[in-house]
Amino acid sequence: MRWLPLAMFAALAVLLAAGVWLSRRPDRDVLPSTLIGKPAPTFSLPVLHEPGRLVSLADLKGAPFVLNVWGSWCPTCREEHPVLTRFAETKRVRVIGLDWKDDPADAQRWLEQFGNPYWMVLTDQDGGTVIDFGVAAAPETFLVDGNGIVRWKKAGAMTDATIRDELLPALVQLERGR
Amino acid sequence: MLPELGQVALILALLVAALQAVLPLVGAHRGIDAWMRVARPAAFVQLVLVASAFAILTHAFVTQDFSLRYVATNSNSLLPMVYRFTAVWGAHEGSLLLWALILALWTGAVALFSKALPQPVVARVLGVMGIVAVGFLAFLIFTSNPFGRLLPAAVEGRDLNPLLQDPGMIIHPPMLYLGYVGFCVPFAFAIAALLDGRIDARWLRWVRPWTNVAWGFLTIGIALGSWWAYYELGWGGWWFWDPVENASFMPWLAGTALLHSQAVTEKRGSFRGWTLLLAIAAFSLSLLGTFLVRSGVLTSVHAFAADPTRGLFVLVFLGIVIGGSLLLYALRSPDDDDNSRFATASRETLLLANNLLLASACAMVLLGTLYPLLADALDLGKISVGPPYFALLFTLLMAPLVLLLPFGPLTRWQREQPSRPIAMLVPWAGLALGIGIAAFFLAPQGAWKVAAGVVGATWVLLGTLRFLWTRLKNSGSRFTPEMIGMTLAHFGLAVFLVGALLTEGLSRQRELALAPGQSVTLGAHAFRFEGVQRHVGPNYVADTGTVQVSRDGVALGTMHPEKRSYASGGQVMTEAAIAPGITRDLYVALGEPLGGGSWAVRVHVKPFVRWIWMGAVLMALGGFVTATDRRFRRREAAQ
Repeated sequence: MRWLPLAMFAALAVLLAAGVWLSRRPDRDVLPSTLIGKPAPTFSLPVLHEPGRLVSLADLKGAPFVLNVWGSWCPTCREEHPVLTRFAETKRVRVIGLDWKDDPADAQRWLEQFGNPYWMVLTDQDGGTVIDFGVAAAPETFLVDGNGIVRWKKAGAMTDATIRDELLPALVQLERGR
Repeated sequence: MLPELGQVALILALLVAALQAVLPLVGAHRGIDAWMRVARPAAFVQLVLVASAFAILTHAFVTQDFSLRYVATNSNSLLPMVYRFTAVWGAHEGSLLLWALILALWTGAVALFSKALPQPVVARVLGVMGIVAVGFLAFLIFTSNPFGRLLPAAVEGRDLNPLLQDPGMIIHPPMLYLGYVGFCVPFAFAIAALLDGRIDARWLRWVRPWTNVAWGFLTIGIALGSWWAYYELGWGGWWFWDPVENASFMPWLAGTALLHSQAVTEKRGSFRGWTLLLAIAAFSLSLLGTFLVRSGVLTSVHAFAADPTRGLFVLVFLGIVIGGSLLLYALRSPDDDDNSRFATASRETLLLANNLLLASACAMVLLGTLYPLLADALDLGKISVGPPYFALLFTLLMAPLVLLLPFGPLTRWQREQPSRPIAMLVPWAGLALGIGIAAFFLAPQGAWKVAAGVVGATWVLLGTLRFLWTRLKNSGSRFTPEMIGMTLAHFGLAVFLVGALLTEGLSRQRELALAPGQSVTLGAHAFRFEGVQRHVGPNYVADTGTVQVSRDGVALGTMHPEKRSYASGGQVMTEAAIAPGITRDLYVALGEPLGGGSWAVRVHVKPFVRWIWMGAVLMALGGFVTATDRRFRRREAAQ
């Protein structure tokens, strides 16, 4: 009986040691998005190249699309850019850019300089929609199906492997499901 | 130059702490008087050194020395003066230094107020506190140095986290740490007693005031944290069962059990082993809390930055301190209670129930806090344990505690005729129940919670008053500070129950888009949104809303919720506007701008929310008053 507290603490210590060990993993804080399987947040945002025109979620429904949150201020987006461009060129699905907290002039210059892979670019200057999507940092990418349901997401830059092993299978799966 | 002196002071403090840990303990073991005498001066020198280091870091913040990495990361030239002081403990390194300073303060206090104690006891207690100080100072110096330089110096600082730029943060961490670290004193006394092998009433009279004072500070610290979360986070909640909150709540639960069990052991000699174990547990849970907050093992909304090296260091330290003391406990704890039998119907049984319930609640919180980690380690997926688990189990465990509480003081030690206290309390139970039923039918919403709150609070209040009356009737029995303290703390619980349950039951909130001129009504209160204006603060730009409040058409005043954007990091903070009141708080927070001058606005009416913190203050007061009982300061003739 008197050894019980020590035994309990030993078990706890093992657990905590496991915790310390786990916290070394870089992907530790990647939580599955609560949005997966749920309707995407509704939005109505101006188009970067036609500032007067507003596009809402309802306008995009009907076919799946990929929503990529980026900004000209975001170095990792620059890294992801060639990957995204190669994917967009396959014209497999609409790739929509969501330009986050950015100066429209900077964003346009960035796209002219590096090339515009997007089917359409929406802007979210005050960041409200991006917060609704639960984005903590750019880039972040969502796959939304034709009914406006979020099916997949990736926080951080995508690689060719991400697209091959995760995004494309998710896309195939939702197309079959329909 | 000064920061290097601070660094040197810390290193010297570590050496002195090592001296304070080793010599007195060995001296007490071997009976070498000169070695034992080292303890007191070492404690004072350590206090002076750590206080100097702390003063130097504060000076660096006040004079904006951005050549210090820690200052550059947590301050900014625009930071108002008062927050330059509090920024010292705004992040990991500095708050750890505050921890060390408060430990040194407690050690100094023990050294100062232990004149009546036998030399070996003082030596052992201060020696154990020295071991803890060694651990924390080494942690500070080797993994979390606040005096690290930044070369070249930064031109501008990154700024203190805006969440912490708030009056509540000025005193919340020091209070919390005074409580946390204060449990080191009963812990050190417990270890000293285990080493010494003598656990008697005398020992408990020495240690009880320390436990009560530490517990009082911890109560205030937790209440301040809850109050801060209420008005600063902008969600209108007052307790979130967040890992960091749980980390401070677990020692509180163990400490509350300890207070009661120490009283039994002092007066009746029962529960000796259990009291020792609780003293170890309360401080161990404080250390565990520190570990959980700092190691990054658990992720939390207000956790410090994660760092596995630090986690490993604290874990090893935890293993030595907690593992070592539990090993000592296993080897040396006294065989309990052969000489102090008590009947099933007795005050001992009731206090045992109190202890078991509080300990179970503590275990439940620990399990809930660590469960996500366990699931992660066993690869069961990422899970978060939410408020529903905690709230349900906590309520289930606390309901019997509240039910039994009034019986405690009215029941005799050792043996009691159960019918006697029951007869005393039945009318009051009936009255409480009656008022509760009335509340159930009068409550506009949340009837169960309201009724539970009213019944619980009235029951505790009336039961405690019944005890006071009994004492008054028996002329000749005076009120000792110990009794007054207990009564205050129990009243505090009643007040807290009103606050917690009535707020939960009766709160109303609405969130909606309002254009200037539009109104929203919540019950009798109407909130008219007048629009938002921009104004400039010292280190932020704010959108300040104007909301006119009226009740049944009578104007109550104007409220100004704000949304601040801080200059340094662009971080946006919600500053809710709160109109406080005894029976209700009105709470208005600004959400997002929706264009065309209209805003998302959230309004709450929160009845009795203030009683939560008033109850906590009463409880803490009870702890402090109890500690002043003269019985605890009686000089011991025999030594």
